[in-house]
Amino acid sequence: MNTQVQEVFEKYPQASRDNLIPILQDIQEKEGFISQESIIEIGRFLNLATSKIFGVATFYNQFRFQPVGKYHVQVCRGTACHVLGSATVLEELEKTIKTKAGQTSKDGMFSIEVVACIGACGLAPVICVNGNFHAKVSKESIRKIIENYRNQQ
Amino acid sequence: MSFLIDVNNKQINAQKGEMLLEVLKRNGIKVPTLCYIKDKFPSGACRMCVVENLKTGKLITACSSPVEEGMNVLTHSPRVVESRKTIVELLLSNHPDDCLYCVRNKNCELQSLSEELQVRERKIRGKKNGYYMDHSGASIVRDPDKCILCGRCVRICDEVMGVSAIDFINRGSKSIIGTTFNAGLNTSSCVNCGQCILVCPTGALSEKSHFVGVIDALNNPIKTVVVQYAPAISVSLAEEFNMPAGKDINGIMNAALRKIGFDKVFDTTFSADLTIMEEASELIYRIQNSGTLPMITSCCPGWIKFAEEFYPEFIPNLSSCKSPQQMLGAVIKSYWSEKSGIKPENIYSVSIMPCTAKKFEAQREEMTREGISDVDAVLTTRELGQLIRMYGVDMNQIEPETADSPHGFRSSAGKLFGASGGVMEAAIRTAYNMITGDELIQFQIPAIRGLNGRKEIKINVNGIELGIAVVNGLANARLLLEEIKNGKNDVHFIEVMACPGGCINGGGQHIGADENSIKARMLSLYDIDERETLKVSHKNPEIIALYKEFLEKPLGHLSHELLHTHYVKRDVLK
Ligand code: SF4
Ligand code: FES
Ligand code: FES
Repeated sequence: MNTQVQEVFEKYPQASRDNLIPILQDIQEKEGFISQESIIEIGRFLNLATSKIFGVATFYNQFRFQPVGKYHVQVCRGTACHVLGSATVLEELEKTIKTKAGQTSKDGMFSIEVVACIGACGLAPVICVNGNFHAKVSKESIRKIIENYRNQQ
Repeated sequence: MSFLIDVNNKQINAQKGEMLLEVLKRNGIKVPTLCYIKDKFPSGACRMCVVENLKTGKLITACSSPVEEGMNVLTHSPRVVESRKTIVELLLSNHPDDCLYCVRNKNCELQSLSEELQVRERKIRGKKNGYYMDHSGASIVRDPDKCILCGRCVRICDEVMGVSAIDFINRGSKSIIGTTFNAGLNTSSCVNCGQCILVCPTGALSEKSHFVGVIDALNNPIKTVVVQYAPAISVSLAEEFNMPAGKDINGIMNAALRKIGFDKVFDTTFSADLTIMEEASELIYRIQNSGTLPMITSCCPGWIKFAEEFYPEFIPNLSSCKSPQQMLGAVIKSYWSEKSGIKPENIYSVSIMPCTAKKFEAQREEMTREGISDVDAVLTTRELGQLIRMYGVDMNQIEPETADSPHGFRSSAGKLFGASGGVMEAAIRTAYNMITGDELIQFQIPAIRGLNGRKEIKINVNGIELGIAVVNGLANARLLLEEIKNGKNDVHFIEVMACPGGCINGGGQHIGADENSIKARMLSLYDIDERETLKVSHKNPEIIALYKEFLEKPLGHLSHELLHTHYVKRDVLK
């Protein structure tokens, strides 16, 4: 078994089903995403069918099932950002990098994550790429932002 | 404790602890349900069963509300009917609306509900989902677009079968039922039992059709098309034609199959007798030569795949006998082929099964010799019903006929295979004879009959005490195997049937049958065994002849080649 997953399990000596979500969170924190192997290992560890684990994990937006891209784009879908058009921004972003929210582009360059209020409502609609905030993004500017990152390589 | 409750302004009797829905049912009041599964903990998820509670003014779900003293409800008030109708309209809002082309046309709960509630127009327009269908499995096809997320399949797969191949995935409007990582059913832990199909209210789950292959073969002059049918079929088919549940229509079915154009009509019950000869011999061999015990039956392909996936450590315990379907398939393409002078490649061998897992079994690599499958196509009871209707055979107007020789004659012991405990009972009858040379005085073994999920007895043969266990519903098999792993050591022979109650309740059976119908099918099999005189497999003259002319003896060289098989450990997403 992968040592990082092993380390997580060691934190839960008396693990039961109730620990599923914390375990998923810990693994995602260590590995960046939840792999098929991790799900199988968790299934063995908690004696739980993998379908149930996958079911729980997909219920929450926070879990991803592919490694993040070189540039990880977080799109705020909180209330303020929503009101100012974050839905269009997300749609345009998905189109530009041909990748759905929660997934990673084929070339591994970009990944998208939808988050609830990032706490920067004054800058709405806002996105955050590898920790750098971009304020008041629009359908037009998002394309440029992505283009810039792509050219940086 | 019993008390009165008010329903639709009339007082009716209720028992403390009962759910409102049960009380209503008993009193002839039909409240529609979707997520409800009888005898299972109510999930209360679909809200189709709402009734109006006049005390609180709220709508409550009848399936999950325990009756209370002084309760006062309306089951069909305008408000109730309106809200049920809205639920159906919402379900229809993203539904494909292709009823005419759907396998469940005329037998769909969503269709009936919208008819009952007089849904006459599309009020709510939702975005259609456009999901991919999953054709990857050998037995079961999933069409998520038709799924209304009632969750019945998920619960059956988990609670009754102990498999959990599928679950709810994603959330909100993106919710679907799917496998781990949305992989195809073929790589999932699905054991192909088809119990999910039986509970699915719509066409979201259905069997993989083998219709086309069968019809092509019937129309192909080069092919000799032979058919065999499982023990449970003759007592189950009637319901496809609105005849009473459990009615044995074996003779009429034989005639119908000939009218459709099958060249030979054989009976899988014949090879159930053959299975018993081999399996009883194998049991005795294992007992006398300190072989692996407990020996576990291998007739049920759902169970076999389950064992290969979840309990590979028990593979040595599985009887090496092929199932009756595969035994007859192999005999047809060897012995019968030689005898009738028809080359195996010109024989198209069809079997009619109560089972979807048999479709998977027939395409297993182990069930093929020199590139020729033992069985070419498997039709479920439902598909046979369709075939008969398609060929315009009027089941009420034809005279019964007998099956063809030499594989159409059977004992009543073989017939018992259709119900849980039947393989065991038939095997004990023959094993007793093989060990003692005598016949049992009392053939029937009531303790292992019936629909209970687990039955256990001890029997004494010539001073040897044998522990016998019979389980059905794979969750029960799981429990038993766990006990054995934890040291239970008083069982020597185990029968496992995947489906609850056995093949009479198989995943290929008529959809919409209730517990009473299943019971009726079972009693019909017992009745055949009661009435008929040939009650043991080893006295079936066609079996005796087959050994004499061809196989020589049980567990002999040819038997090993044709009638026995092996199993593989399976790595699946489980
Ligand atoms: S119990 Fe019978 S119908 Fe069910 S999977 Fe097994 S063989 Fe098929
Ligand atoms: S809503 Fe987007 S930052 Fe608060
Ligand atoms: S049947 Fe009662 S809530 Fe679904």
